[in-house]
Amino acid sequence: MIFVGDWWPYLILILAGFLPNEVWRMLGIVASRGIDEGSELIIWVRAVATAILTGVVSKIVVFAPGALGTVPLAVRLAAAAAGMAAFFLMRRSVFAGVVTGMLAVLAGMWVGGE
Amino acid sequence: MSTPPSPAPARPPKRNAAAFADGLRAASVSVFMIVLVGSYISIGALAHDLGFPVLWVVLSTILIWAAPAQVILITSLAAGAAPLEAGIAVSLSGMRLLPMVVALLPVLRSARTRVGALILPAHFTSVSMWIEALRLTPALPRENRIAFVNGLATGLVCSATGSTIVGYYLAGVLPNGLVAAMLFLTPMSFLTSALRGAQLWSDKAAYLIGIVMAPLLAYEQVGLDLLWTGLIGGSAAYGAHRLREAWRLRAL
Repeated sequence: MIFVGDWWPYLILILAGFLPNEVWRMLGIVASRGIDEGSELIIWVRAVATAILTGVVSKIVVFAPGALGTVPLAVRLAAAAAGMAAFFLMRRSVFAGVVTGMLAVLAGMWVGGE
Repeated sequence: MSTPPSPAPARPPKRNAAAFADGLRAASVSVFMIVLVGSYISIGALAHDLGFPVLWVVLSTILIWAAPAQVILITSLAAGAAPLEAGIAVSLSGMRLLPMVVALLPVLRSARTRVGALILPAHFTSVSMWIEALRLTPALPRENRIAFVNGLATGLVCSATGSTIVGYYLAGVLPNGLVAAMLFLTPMSFLTSALRGAQLWSDKAAYLIGIVMAPLLAYEQVGLDLLWTGLIGGSAAYGAHRLREAWRLRAL
């Protein structure tokens, strides 16, 4: 286990992690100037944000980075479907959806013999 | 036709410290608390297994504050990607933050708000904070909204930071299957809470279009798949919403 380590990974964290991500938030401050809550522009912006958001999620489920990649695609898709089903059955409970999705991943791996 | 601006409630505004404390309290009972704890334990464990220092991954939680970007950065650097390549991948995943900030800030600020006061709420904007802030702030007096979301986000960031550290030191003990299952908390929570937060027909259409379009574009190896998903998919959803509204008005 390493507490601090060399200095250059921190430079990479700033240049390749913090700044490329943060720039969108700061541009958002500039772009939001003069826009009224409830304007048609905000409705369009929300649609764009929502499409990108579910796009990110869908890509995580389908292409699975990191340890999630060890879970078979069929299990990931079935777990997402199970989580959504629980969400609707439990009167739109995010908690029910999230817990069911996670348990379904575990169950899928157990059945698959991991 | 469009959503009316949230009416200023009759309740008198509180002092900033009290609104901040209300935000902390809202964070402690948020369903995202559980999601963040699980997700960041798995991110801490991932960083440990790939040989990153604990201070580095803690700073990544506080500075980046976006779970997908952190997973991308950690896994791509560990796989030997050039920092430039990793930075581009992180930036593409972070693009969603721009429209999210644009949609959130007009709800938070008042006519007298200075730009400097918006930097912290903008930095704190992440899916968990965005969804909870849009859900909870319209009921608050406008003067209290910024202090409230700063408190809300502080509570969420603190629990995520603690969980990152716990995950880092539990890495050897946690079974790989459990780490993988906890990495599933982030996409599952985004999927369910974004649908719960979708009020307008255009939000729901954009929700479905995003799910289908992004992996298809990525599979076809179209560059900037998320940018096109947002601009084309989101605009199509908005256009369909406008057509539907016009048609409904004529039907009346």
